[in-house]
Amino acid sequence: MTAPIIEIRDVSKRYDDGPPALAGLSLTVAAGEALAVLGPSGSGKSTLLNMIAGLDRPTGGGVTVAGVRVDELTETASARFRRERIGMVFQFFNLLDDLTVLDNVLLPAQLLGTGRAAARDRAVELLDNLGIDRHARAYPGRLSGGERQRVAVARALMNRPALLLADEPTGALDTASGAEVRELLAELNDDGQTILLVTHDLALAESCATRTIELVDGRLARDERAATR
Amino acid sequence: MSALGRVVRAGVGRRRVQSLVMALTTMTAVTASVMAAALVVASQQPFDHSFARQRGAHLTAVFDGGRATAAQVAATAHAHGVTATAGPFPLVSVGVRPQPPAGMPAPPVDPVLTVAGRTALGGAVDSLTLTSGHWLTGAGQIVVADGWGPPDLLGHQVHVPGVPGNPALTVVGTARSVTSTADAWVLPGQIAALTRPGTTPEQQMLYRFAAAGSTAAMDADRAAVTAAAPAGSVDGSQSYLVVRATANRQTATFVPFVAALGLLGLVMSVLIIGIVVSGAVSAGTRRIGVLKSLGFTPFQVARAYVGQALIPAAAGTVLGVVLGNLGAVPLLSQAEGAYHTGTLTVAGWIDVAVPAAVLALVVVSALAPALRAGRLRTVEALAIGRTPQVGRGRWAARLAGRLPLPRAFSLGLAGPFARPGRSATIAAAIVFGAVGVTFAYGLGASLNGVQRGINLDSPGQVTVDPFPRQIAAPGSGPAGPPREADPAAVARVIAAQPGTRASFSSVFTEVHFLGVSDAVTAVAYQGDSSWGAYQMVSGRWFDRAGEIVVGHRFLQATGTRVGDWTTLEGDGRSTRARIVGEAMTTGDGGMRVLTDAGTLERAGITEHSATFSIALRPGTDRDRYVAALDTALGPLGASAQARNGEISATVVAIDAITAILTLMLVLVAGLGVLNTVVLDTRERVHDLGVLKALGMAPRQTVGMVITSVAGIGAVGGLAGVPLGIALHDLVVPRMGEAAGTRIPPVDMAVYHAPQLVPLALGGLLIAVLGALLPATWAARTRTATALRTE
Repeated sequence: MTAPIIEIRDVSKRYDDGPPALAGLSLTVAAGEALAVLGPSGSGKSTLLNMIAGLDRPTGGGVTVAGVRVDELTETASARFRRERIGMVFQFFNLLDDLTVLDNVLLPAQLLGTGRAAARDRAVELLDNLGIDRHARAYPGRLSGGERQRVAVARALMNRPALLLADEPTGALDTASGAEVRELLAELNDDGQTILLVTHDLALAESCATRTIELVDGRLARDERAATR
Repeated sequence: MSALGRVVRAGVGRRRVQSLVMALTTMTAVTASVMAAALVVASQQPFDHSFARQRGAHLTAVFDGGRATAAQVAATAHAHGVTATAGPFPLVSVGVRPQPPAGMPAPPVDPVLTVAGRTALGGAVDSLTLTSGHWLTGAGQIVVADGWGPPDLLGHQVHVPGVPGNPALTVVGTARSVTSTADAWVLPGQIAALTRPGTTPEQQMLYRFAAAGSTAAMDADRAAVTAAAPAGSVDGSQSYLVVRATANRQTATFVPFVAALGLLGLVMSVLIIGIVVSGAVSAGTRRIGVLKSLGFTPFQVARAYVGQALIPAAAGTVLGVVLGNLGAVPLLSQAEGAYHTGTLTVAGWIDVAVPAAVLALVVVSALAPALRAGRLRTVEALAIGRTPQVGRGRWAARLAGRLPLPRAFSLGLAGPFARPGRSATIAAAIVFGAVGVTFAYGLGASLNGVQRGINLDSPGQVTVDPFPRQIAAPGSGPAGPPREADPAAVARVIAAQPGTRASFSSVFTEVHFLGVSDAVTAVAYQGDSSWGAYQMVSGRWFDRAGEIVVGHRFLQATGTRVGDWTTLEGDGRSTRARIVGEAMTTGDGGMRVLTDAGTLERAGITEHSATFSIALRPGTDRDRYVAALDTALGPLGASAQARNGEISATVVAIDAITAILTLMLVLVAGLGVLNTVVLDTRERVHDLGVLKALGMAPRQTVGMVITSVAGIGAVGGLAGVPLGIALHDLVVPRMGEAAGTRIPPVDMAVYHAPQLVPLALGGLLIAVLGALLPATWAARTRTATALRTE
């Protein structure tokens, strides 16, 4: 069996006095998998994603990603970890409006300190692969939702992350654009990219996930492997 | 509570940091404004104000106690035109020996003190201001004039060796008379014990008149008093106009720089309050959209936001008034010493006008953007406000991205261009701060140079007075006039003393010049004085008899220039002298002439009593030299003292006032930066979350935020330095002019590369310090929270 890239052991998370967002969750994700996390609002999906990305810390338990105990990292180490190992795609793209598409895509490499020429080559290659190279000099505001999400994916892949996290990547897209993004994520996974996506979109889960889990009240309610994709 | 009230309360409570910054900024601005305004107002004719408050004496007359009885002197109160009097006060002049505080050297000769016998501190005329300690409560006590004698004299004793019994008096207080009617005060019954046997105390009478506005009126008043007194009994009198002229000249020295710094402080305060308040309201545009969507009218929105700004601003204003009044105490105390006035206080109207003006400014600053946002269509208000308008500053972002800098820095550099108006205002604040610091440095450096130059009034490391160390030995009975040492013999002893490198003698005297009605103070030098020459404004030091160096006022009064000839009139003889240089001197209001003693001799003027200035050979132990020379001079009746450079109270006061006001300027500028960065980081918190999610480390975040104002700071600093230098070049000569001198070029040219570099970086420093705190907050912001922020 392929080595696990995510190991979550008995993770709990509680915000103030509210009910637990995650309640003793354990989960293992192997490299190369495309895991879709489903569940109703408030089930703990985004909290789980934040734990894996090192954006938030669990109240209890441990999170290991690519061999690193993410929950024990300092802020600086956590930032370095995200730069090197994680790519993130958000529902509302989160592109910086005052930077061009190319500059947005270049950002992770520039934060990592990659050489200028190498970073540029990689960005151009990604824009080309994702079919948005003609928009390199444009600003995100001029692009369609699907194009913006492609830019966000390009940015997420810039540093060749071990894990691509996607939070409702089709949630803000029209049907056609949503289909484009589904196809893109499936292709990426086919090429070996490990993906963890949080979604309400069953079509997305079915089209690009190799495994689906469902959270209810912060607990694992279902864990299924897809027969086909 | 009404819906509006709840909105206001929630707005203040939810934006705690912003409310705190607004309160802090208003507080600092009000503090600076109160202090600056207090100083500017106190600098407007302080003598006149003090004179009116203390009911100063228009005329101080001294009567011969042997020719007029106290009753006869008191009867002069009925002279024509007299409206109020104080006295008669018995008056004696005595040589006293203060007991110096530990570590302080004893004065070389016993200073002479004019002591008045007076019962009360107040009175109808010349109400004294107690500056420390308490007023006389019994015999054996003395209150000395503020600034007289060694520092920290309070509680120490002064001995009076010239009268039988060598009485000792304890200094219980210091007081200030606006026209300096005496050097010290004791109870009237004490005067007898301070009177030399065989002499009668004089009688001092102080008058106020109905008409005293001009020299002619004062002459008439003086004549009326003289006529009312027994013939020949008036020993002397002094008009307040003479004291006033001196005081006003002193004050005029301060006005240019006080006005410059005060104005800078006020403009800066207006600027910062404007940017802080309008920025805070603009940042709430989206919230305004929400309020409108709930049914708030534009007017209700404006009221809510004005209220939201007024609450922290009012708190800051109240604190600012308190702090401003507290801060003004040391500031005005320095001014009191410099202006030689009674107690200066913050004018009452300042405490009303400054807060009123500041709160009005807050209302206007909040109202404009609130009304603008209130008039926006609701959807527009909801859409904008969270982030800068798209399109602004893109060129800067593109350009900065190409710079060979870490991405965090280049992102920061482009930041200010997204909010050009706000950035320009904060740049202006930094420029003002840099102007203040540059000006303050230059002023301090120039004044230090001037101080060094003024100290050349008595150059050398050692001086020799032609008198013995003490006027009379304790208990030796009445003291006669001191015996003057033979200058030639003193010169020989000095020359023979091992360690002497050079020496010359100088003496002050009064001479007359053709075309000048009043006597002019001349300093006559004997020997090579070139090593102790005054700082020259133009021309050179004299090197032979027949050449004179003059002060600026002399040139103005005589209409002459360096290179012209003038005629010195002596005792029945006159001689021509050539003006070879203009020296910097504030002595005698700049109406001073410096020349070789031979010049005066040509006009038949010979002065014997001279002070020697001595330069020592390198490596000579000064204290041993002084002790040995003093012993050698003893038989001649002369005494040697080590000379320490004196620091003028005026320079100390200017330095202190400059430091306080500059600190306030820098503080206000720093708070302006702090507020701007707080607003910017709040507005861009979502972008910050994205960057952090992409892997921007806390240190990179701090770097980005600081860089976002560092560019402005650097540019502001660079722009502020030349403006500060220009202000220095404008103000310092005017200060010199007021003191009666021009400033030598060497004291004006105080900005050199080693100073300019740090001064130019001053703006950057202000910006970095102001941004440090919000940058740290930005770095600590949790990424998940920032990403959720709308």
